[in-house]
Amino acid sequence: MSRKIRVLIAKPGLDGHDRGAKFVARALRDAGMEVIYTGLRQTPESIVNTAIQEDVDAVGMSILSGAHNTLLPKVVELLKEKGAEDILVFGGGVIPDSDIPFLKENGVQAVFTPGTPSEEFVNFIKENVRKDG
Amino acid sequence: MTIRDEFNKWREGVHGKSVSRFPERKKEFKTSYGETVEPVYCPEEGGSAYLETRGFPGCYPFTRGVQPTMYRGRFWTMRQYAGFGTAEESNKRYKYLLGAGQTGLSVAFDLPTQIGYDSDHPMSDGEVGKVGVAIDSLKDMEILFDGIPLGDVSTSMTINSTASVLLSMYIAVAEKQGFSADKLNGTIQNDILKEYIARGTYRFPPKPSMRLITDIFEFCASNVPKWNTISISGYHIREAGSNAVQEVAFTLADGIAYVEAAIKAGLDVDVFAPRLSFFFNAHNNLLEEVAKFRAARRLWSEVMKNRFKAANPKSQMLRFHTQTAGCTLTAQQPDNNIVRVAIQTLAATLGGTQSLHTNSRDEALALPTEESVRIALRTQQIVAHESGIADTIDPLAGSYFVEALTDSIYAKARKYIERIDELGGMVEAIEKGFVQQEIQDSAYHYQVAVEKGEEVVVGVNKFQMKEEPPTNLLKVDRSIQVSQIAKINDVKSSRDNDAVIRKLAEIKAAAQGSDNLMPKILEAVKVYATLGEIAGTMQEVFGEHKESVVL
Amino acid sequence: MDNKLKFDFRDLAKLITKIENDRLGAEDVLKNIYKENSETVVIGITGPPGAGKSSLTDRIIKEYRGLGKTVGIVAVDPSSPFTGGAILGDRIRMGDHATDPGVFIRSMGSRGSLGGLAPATIDILNLMKSSGFDVLIVETVGVGQSEIDVMSIADTVLLVLVPGMGDDVQALKAGIMEIADIFVINKADKDGVERLVAEINMIINLNRHRLEWEPPVVKTVATENTGIKDVMEKISDRDIWLKNYGTNVKADRLSSQFKQMALDRIGGNILAILEERGIFQNWTLEFSAGRSNPYKALKELDEKLKIEWSDK
Ligand SMILES: Nc1nc2c(ncn2[C@@H]2O[C@H](COP(=O)(O)OP(=O)(O)OP(=O)(O)O)[C@@H](O)[C@H]2O)c(=O)[nH]1
Ligand SMILES: [Mg+2]
Repeated sequence: MSRKIRVLIAKPGLDGHDRGAKFVARALRDAGMEVIYTGLRQTPESIVNTAIQEDVDAVGMSILSGAHNTLLPKVVELLKEKGAEDILVFGGGVIPDSDIPFLKENGVQAVFTPGTPSEEFVNFIKENVRKDG
Repeated sequence: MTIRDEFNKWREGVHGKSVSRFPERKKEFKTSYGETVEPVYCPEEGGSAYLETRGFPGCYPFTRGVQPTMYRGRFWTMRQYAGFGTAEESNKRYKYLLGAGQTGLSVAFDLPTQIGYDSDHPMSDGEVGKVGVAIDSLKDMEILFDGIPLGDVSTSMTINSTASVLLSMYIAVAEKQGFSADKLNGTIQNDILKEYIARGTYRFPPKPSMRLITDIFEFCASNVPKWNTISISGYHIREAGSNAVQEVAFTLADGIAYVEAAIKAGLDVDVFAPRLSFFFNAHNNLLEEVAKFRAARRLWSEVMKNRFKAANPKSQMLRFHTQTAGCTLTAQQPDNNIVRVAIQTLAATLGGTQSLHTNSRDEALALPTEESVRIALRTQQIVAHESGIADTIDPLAGSYFVEALTDSIYAKARKYIERIDELGGMVEAIEKGFVQQEIQDSAYHYQVAVEKGEEVVVGVNKFQMKEEPPTNLLKVDRSIQVSQIAKINDVKSSRDNDAVIRKLAEIKAAAQGSDNLMPKILEAVKVYATLGEIAGTMQEVFGEHKESVVL
Repeated sequence: MDNKLKFDFRDLAKLITKIENDRLGAEDVLKNIYKENSETVVIGITGPPGAGKSSLTDRIIKEYRGLGKTVGIVAVDPSSPFTGGAILGDRIRMGDHATDPGVFIRSMGSRGSLGGLAPATIDILNLMKSSGFDVLIVETVGVGQSEIDVMSIADTVLLVLVPGMGDDVQALKAGIMEIADIFVINKADKDGVERLVAEINMIINLNRHRLEWEPPVVKTVATENTGIKDVMEKISDRDIWLKNYGTNVKADRLSSQFKQMALDRIGGNILAILEERGIFQNWTLEFSAGRSNPYKALKELDEKLKIEWSDK
């Protein structure tokens, strides 16, 4: 029985710089994963609903506008509210190091800043997704 | 006739005339050992091929520059993009920059403003004041330019899908200061096609967006004649990961689409084309970049002359603003970015830019601090005053390498444009996802090359070191959203709401019909209708764009 | 959550994953849940890549939501044959419904299947049907011209074409009549609409004598929401027709659906047995050694099966 890893890659907020998000999506696909790509301007609510309906193992969000401290914890909180806290949440984009502890405290399991080799986030997902069915 | 004869003719004619009207910076330009530096150097032989493909500065095909004296007359405009948080804070930064010797203003707006949401819209949550200043109504715009006489500065605004509204607000503030619209100088970006391709701040679908653009062209031609009505931008196309050829090709193809739309709307090419300007990226590969700018100038002038039969030389000139490449900045060892920016500054100025924004070293991390903005500006000033590259025009011309690259970028970009024509034009090519796919592929392959170490990025995949997390980063306070919302409520309770309703209804009617929208929008901003209300009204008629993603 | 729906979306989503990842275990999930629900309308949307299938789906969802109906969507995108990975992007066009409790959207990678659906699509649609959605929409991959799987599950298949395809219509001709219950000419804002209509009508006319249901042709501009009401009307005409004359259409479809399931199952089981006993591997070795070939082996297989079947 083959269990495919499914990942949602989303761009929350209004920021339109999707070079990073698209790169991550392609790299995950090339690593054999199924990537649900929802494009720009996603609200935390729509991200969480999508994650649930698609039953993804992980949600990755890229933000370059500085809105990460608002939007990423909101997604974590909503997932929890809907009983889906087993879904892994990671972030990327222009995120200052000084914000990372705050994000981690708020349930974002990893933050990948520009220049992170794709191997690193691919392995992170492979190693950390839930192991159940 | 030999090149020498042509050169002499140019020297006496075009150049001489220009110098007699606008004297050069110095009576004479000299090397350190006293040799006179000529305004321009050219080959002794080569004949018609040289004249056809290179020419002289200020003459068709403008490969060597759009003005006859270039930086010997006046340096490029040093224009730092700035804006963050509230109108009050940005106003302070502008005054600081003007005081530090900057020669033009460049306004960055936050994302809700760029897309047309008020600060109290749910989509704006977390974004207010983040990447630029938040503008909800004329009130904010009045504060933004308080104490800055708009008749005396030139202002560039990075605004696209909502350019019609922000330009209207600018005009309204100027009028309140006592300057009529025809006195105003500046630029709006107003380039919606690259938003669909690369930058993402679109609101309406392509068709109505193109109409808004031609409405602005038409309105400005008769009311704000000195305004640059569009800045056709390759900058973001490059940032999205394209290569140099794609940057030129897709930007000029966007330009072609705008010219076609304007002609179709009944405008005379030689009336609006002189107001078109461009915006390019200056990347690290110095010589390739210089060739890129030269090739772009040549290709555009040919397009305007041959394809659109533009007769006015001003219509054939590719004038452009440049910004150093944000995507080359690294979060690692951020001071290295100062060096990158210096190289890119050389690329832009050796390439003949009309104005330049230099990025600050810390922009990969956060909004730039005042200190790093100053270093970025100083970089330009050092290149201008100390490097000598401004003493002669197009100094790299004649380098075998630069000339070969100029030819190959020209030829390859031309091929792309032909391909896009076959697809039915740029709007069609974008809708089909062709352009996005091409950029996407370049971006992906570059990234993979970096990961394999085939491309070296100093401090990132080679010469790394352990670093302390940077300090002193500028952060935007979340309370801005709260104060912005309070301001909106204030405005809404003190304005004449009946007038607002009337003016919005007029916008709606104009949007449904074919009357120029600009006068209606101008009237609406004057009664303090908010940006969100105006954009929302237009959306009722125009609908909202959804991206076509290609991966 | 609409209380007509039997499952919480999270549970439904997890069941789908189970079915998708464990093909042989699917019937454990489905055998007690499955209910042939004649009330559910199943719409298939197929057509070449980029024709506007997802955009049209988005509009159709909106129409049904306006009528208060719950809608489930399965959208299939191609998986990479090399890595097995996939980028599933159909949802982008359906973003307005992401927070609607009456709409459930699931994206699937085709995972090696060639007929336009994924291996588990039919099971998943059956699961969704049993969970009580009023309407189900399945969007096929849109890469080939062999997208015929969708016929075995959908009441009504919309074939989405765009003007200016020229030769493509010719190429599609072969199987086209069998697939389309409704022709949708999307992107009718582009040039060449009338030519495409004429071509389609010509094909319909040529085949008129053997058609029970004559497929209508509808023009739409999905991005501008034009022509969608017409599409809805034709879908409802088709529904009425199916109710009146379509009993054998439905029966045929169930039978061919089951035939396919049985085929997959029997084939899969036999293959598993052959592999378990090392027979399959052995054959392959014989092939490369030149001692046997696939046709000889098939003959042997026939013999073996006859013995096995008659034994039991
Ligand atoms: N001009 C025009 N463009 C349309 C129309 N319908 C869809 N599009 C555009 O066509 C592109 C593809 O639309 P999709 O709905 O994703 O097409 P699809 O058939 O689902 O594509 P795949 O799933 O990738 O095969 C998008 O850019 C849409 O905006 C239409 O009626 N007119
Ligand atoms: Mg689709």
